[in-house]
Formats: sequence, structure tokens, C-alpha cells
Amino acid sequence: MYKAFLIKYGEIGVKGKNRYLFEDALVNHIRYVLEDVEGEFLVRKEQGRIFVETEGEYDYQETIEALKRVFGIVGICPVVQMEDNGFEDFAAQTVAYLDQAYPNKNFSFKVKARRARKNYPLDSMEINTELGSKIVEAFPEIKVDVHHPDVEVQVEIREKIYVYSQTIKGAGGMPLGTNGKAMLLLSGGIDSPVAGYMIAKRGVKIDAVYFHAPPYTSDRAKQKVVDLAKIVSRYAGSMRLFVVNFTEIQLAIYDKCPHDELTIIMRRYMMKIAQYLAKENKCLGLITGESIGQVASQTLQSLAATNEVCTMPVYRPLISFDKQEIIDVSEQIGTFETSIQPFEDCCTIFVAKHPVTKPNVNIIKRSEENLQEVIDDLMRQAIESVEVIEI
Amino acid sequence: MEAYLDNSATTRCEKQVADLVTTVMLKDYGNPSSMHKKGMEAEQYVKESSRQIAKTLKVKEKEIIFTSGGTESDNQALLGVALANQRAGKHIITTQVEHAAIHAPLAVLEEAGFEVTKLPVGRDGVICLDQLAEELREDTILVSIMHVNNEVGSIQPIEEAAKLVKERAPKAYFHVDAIQSYGKFKVSPKQMGVDLLSVSGHKIHGPKGVGFLYVNEKVKIKPIIFGGGQQSGMRSGTENVPGIAGLGLACQMAYENLAEKQKHLFKLKERFCRGLLELEDVKINGTWQETAPQIVSGSFVGVRSEVLLHALEDKQIYVSAGSACSSNKPSPSKTLLAMKVPKEELVSTIRFSFSHHTTWEELEYTLQVLREVLPTLRRYTRH
Repeated sequence: MYKAFLIKYGEIGVKGKNRYLFEDALVNHIRYVLEDVEGEFLVRKEQGRIFVETEGEYDYQETIEALKRVFGIVGICPVVQMEDNGFEDFAAQTVAYLDQAYPNKNFSFKVKARRARKNYPLDSMEINTELGSKIVEAFPEIKVDVHHPDVEVQVEIREKIYVYSQTIKGAGGMPLGTNGKAMLLLSGGIDSPVAGYMIAKRGVKIDAVYFHAPPYTSDRAKQKVVDLAKIVSRYAGSMRLFVVNFTEIQLAIYDKCPHDELTIIMRRYMMKIAQYLAKENKCLGLITGESIGQVASQTLQSLAATNEVCTMPVYRPLISFDKQEIIDVSEQIGTFETSIQPFEDCCTIFVAKHPVTKPNVNIIKRSEENLQEVIDDLMRQAIESVEVIEI
Repeated sequence: MEAYLDNSATTRCEKQVADLVTTVMLKDYGNPSSMHKKGMEAEQYVKESSRQIAKTLKVKEKEIIFTSGGTESDNQALLGVALANQRAGKHIITTQVEHAAIHAPLAVLEEAGFEVTKLPVGRDGVICLDQLAEELREDTILVSIMHVNNEVGSIQPIEEAAKLVKERAPKAYFHVDAIQSYGKFKVSPKQMGVDLLSVSGHKIHGPKGVGFLYVNEKVKIKPIIFGGGQQSGMRSGTENVPGIAGLGLACQMAYENLAEKQKHLFKLKERFCRGLLELEDVKINGTWQETAPQIVSGSFVGVRSEVLLHALEDKQIYVSAGSACSSNKPSPSKTLLAMKVPKEELVSTIRFSFSHHTTWEELEYTLQVLREVLPTLRRYTRH
């Protein structure tokens, strides 16, 4: 029945002279997600609207699912498109459409017309009344309600005529790439993919960094992170995943620093490496999945101690989320199942029974002095040997 | 150097077997049920495979049912016998150290009202025959005991158990999971008093996805897969002809020069175990002089098994932590728990499993790598 979709977008509407940049980014990303969908699609801008038109056979459900993953879209309206063959034909087609779309006629409605083509013989008000009476004529059981209708029959008169009455909620946010790029610290857990998703939602492109520690972490753990990155990229577009071998640094910390400070010190070096890679790759910030108090390394003191090494902004979109709230999002975006696969990640392998929960930055720094002789070399080796995976 | 020491998980297919499988796939691809010539040619492969297998077991060709592998063979044996004999009784005996392919279908039967007794094992991983004798009852309809344990290689006293079963529970059938022993030992069900016997193709250098179940012709058994009535109605579904042909050849090859292969394996194992025991803090699970020659289960106290596994992997040495078929989910091994292996040894257990293609050079290399990596790995542990 539907051969086209009208794409509604929110915040880009108010971006003034930069608006076309945002619209183009949105059009590009729509094209990108539709590449994997069965069917031929034409995506075009027309007078403040984006239309997705189909040619021939296509998979409706798959198309909707793909469009729902595009940031910047607030609503997807399946549209019936018709040639302008006079009002009678237009009214008949509209009645047929409503009959098919609403088999159960137990609802109230109103017609809301927009006449973009000003030479159409009827004006908007006339269309509302005339079409409304045709509909009531066809289905006497349904009622008009101009204030709180169950169904709003929207009509747009352009070169062709467009009729729609449903709006499927979109992902919201901003079109991808309209707000620069940031580096996501991606572990194999539940939180970091969600954090990446949330920042990407605001139009930020993403690269990711993963720290692995063979033989303490396995290739399967790494594969799991690749899989997670792939799921996030369904929303956030293509990304680069930097895999850093962290083993030697971890062992050096283990050898030379107090064991209850291992995790904090380790995270500080992870941040430093991530920051280095971020700068090299034109990222404007770091993204982590930290949430206050979730574990010992995420108390305010620990966050402060970790943050102290960063000169770049660190975005922590989950900072006030409860675990269950994070899980809900991860289930919704489809990362949960992968995240809970039981492979050890490098944050847990040497974790102390009683790690410090209120680290003092000065004490941590003093402990790090024990690494002075080796750490620069180890950091350089880790950065030089980084593996880049295109997702 | 590469050392593949995970042959109890799976083996590399023999070249001749792979070639035969390819020929059947590309050239003789008929359906044995088809009435034309191509069908008949395909049927010949299935018959030839039955003949080859029956010969290794000294049984009749019609007593072989082809399956999709060890798991299906075990499921077919247990569910099929239980379904067909439930009027005679609902008691089944097995051991605590069986593979999940035994324990899982038995759990289903328990839910359906069967009573399952699981015999414990000693520190050597072997059951106590007196305990079996005690548990056997008038209403016992099935006893299922594995021949060689997949995790530690312990060998169960199958012949003695079979005698007890016949004496004390005349109605009971005796099933043996021979997945780790077939091809390594002579297995003759009739002589051993075994009524049903499961075998898997890919553990003996055959293809994956194919195996067989030997069922003595006198056994009352029902199918568990229904459809077009292939294999005399016992296992519906178009026969996996390439797999079946490959399986037959692999079985035949496994028993060529068996004595020599056994000698080679025993020698390898002895040298390897002596090498292991020279290392610090290494224990071998089971009584290694008495376990199967192709399996060595070692505990490297102070090193978690996954870590050691990945450290060896880094040197192209491939082993298992616990049992490979269940090790994707890190849960303590049932077999090692049943053997009352202490926790610190349990979490540091690695299984080395050999094939007759394994060479001493590979094992020597493995010992050398172990000597190198163990001290470092032991230095860095979790507190």
C-alpha cells in the first residue's frame, strides 16, 4: 500500500543557515542504513521535507526498522502517494486507504490538509471539509472530532498528493556527523556500548578503543567487542576500532604499585592512551560508560582520580543512570545479549579483593612514580602496536 | 612449531576421508531413496560404510544406525530405550561423570517420571562395581556408562559392569558412550556384553556431523526422529551420504595398525607425564598409568586454566580447559567435581589430548613452553 515515507525531523528545523548541512547528513545516513534493506529506495529533499520513495518490491517492516535507527528522525510516516486526477479520484483513493489501514472503524478523525501547490483548486480549509464529508459518507460509523481525533488524516498537495495518518516514532537526536567525532572506551560490558549509542544520538561520530590483555583475555573476548562495535555501528555508522595490547602495562603496574590501587592506575593509563589515539584521529572528546558508584572505580573520588589525567572533555552519558536503566537501553538497542557473554575483560583479571574506593590523587601519583623508568616505553609500544579494525 | 593437543575435542579429517567425502558430494550425490541409478550408487556408499563399521565391532551391519554424531547417538539410545521399555520399569543408572549428551536427556526423562541414579566415582574417576551392584534393581531398564571419560581419560570397567547388569537386572539394557574410546581400543560390544554403543565421526579423524549408534538387534527401542522412514524407520531423514561414507572409511582406518598406534600413544603419554611431573606444582588427574593413552589432565596450581590455555595458544599450542564441549560457559567441570578434585586444582586444569599423529617433538615443545610460561603466569595472580 505504501510506496513512500515522509521523514519528520525535529531540532534540525531550527538550525538557521546551517540547516542544509544537517539535512544532507540526515539524507546520507538514511541512504546508508537503507543499503542493507531489500528494495530500491530514492531519498530526496523537497521543501523542508525528506521523502523516502520506493521502486518495486521492498520489505516494509525492514525499512521501518532501518529508519528507526537513524538519529535525527523524530517520526516516520508511511505515505500513500497519488497522481492528481481531480478531487473525486483523490477522495476515492483516500477512502480506500483508510479502509485498508483501519479495518476496525471505531474511531474519530479529522482531516488536516496542507497546500504546498497554491494553484490547487481547493484551499486547505475546503479540502478539510470536502474530504471529511467524503469519508463520513463512506463510513457512516466514524465520527469527526476536530479537537481530539484518534486519527489525523494528513494531506499534502504537492506535484503529487500525499496522504498519511500514522507517525512511527523515530530515534530522535541529531543526524550523524553533524557534531564532530569522539573516542569511545569500549569494553565488553553492558555500559560502554550504551554510552556510545547515546552520544552518537546527538550527531557525534564515533571511533572506539578496546584494551585487551592476552593471554589473560581471549580472542573471543576481543571478538565480542568487535560484535558490540558492529551493533553500535548500526546506529552510529561506520567506525574504527583501535585494539590496544595492554598486558605489559598491566603487569608493570602489578609489579610496582600497591595492588589495591591497580584498577585506578590502570584506568588512568587507559585514559592517557585513549586520549592520545583520540587526538591522532581528530576526536574532540572521550566517551565512557561510567556511572556514579557502580563499582569501586566509579566513586566520585575514583572518577576524579581517573579524570585527572585527561585534558580532553570526557563525556559520561550514563553518569546518573541506574544499572537497570542502562540494561533497558542495551536491550532496546540490541547489545545486551552480546554484552553478557561470559568472557573476562582486562578490567577484572587482576582486580584486588578490596580495591581503594576513595583514592587520593596525590597518593596515586606517588605510586605511579614507581613506573617512571618503564612506563614511557611501554606506552609507546602499546600505541605503536595498536591494531585498527574497520567496522 | 604448532602442536594441536585437543584431539578429544575434535581431530583433523584424514585426507583420504576428505577426498571420499568430496567425491560423494560432487559426483555421487544421489539420494539413496531415489529409484534410479544415482540413488542406487549412493545407497552402495551407505551399505559399504555399515559393512566397514560392523567389521570393526564384529556385529551385524543392520545393527548400525547412522546419526548426526555423538550427541544424537546418546539421545537416541537413552530416549529410545526409555520410551520402548517404560512398562518394564522406570529406573535408569548412569554415572556422575558422563558427558552432557547423557545427563541432559536423562534430566528430560526424570521430568517425565523416570528415576535416575548417578553413580559416584573415586579420586581415580572410576566407578565402584559394588555400588553398581547395589543400585541394580528389578525395574532397572537401562544402564549407561561411558567407556573412556572425555575430561580425564579414566576407563570404566565395562565388561565387569555388563556382567553385573545381566545378573541383577535381567530386563536392563546396557548402553556405552564409546565416543572417546572407539578407535583407540578394541571395542566388541557382543563380547563385552554391551547392547548399545555411541560413536562420533570427528573424534576419529572422520567428518563432523556424523556418527553412529550400535543397537543389538534384540534391543527394544523406538526412534526419536520421524519422517520418511529411512534406515528401517529408526532414523528418518535423507542419509548424510558423504558423511556416512567418510565415517566408514575413518572407522576402518582407525583400526588399521591399532596395536602400533596404541604403543605410540602409551609411549608419548608416559614421557609427557614424566615431563609434566618434573615441573613445579603440577598434578595429574586420575591415575595416569591407568587412564586412556590419548588423554592427560593436568592441574597447574596457581594459574587459571583459561590464562594458561591462551598463553599456550599464543605459542601455537592448542589445548582444552576442562571439557571443550562445555567450556564456552565457564562452569566447574562435573567430572572433576565428582572426582573431588580440590578447587584450586579444579580451576587450573588443562586437558592435553593426543592422536596417533601427535609426535614427541610437539610434546617436547609443549613441555618447554610450559617451563617458560608457568613462572611468569604464577607471578601475576588475582588476590
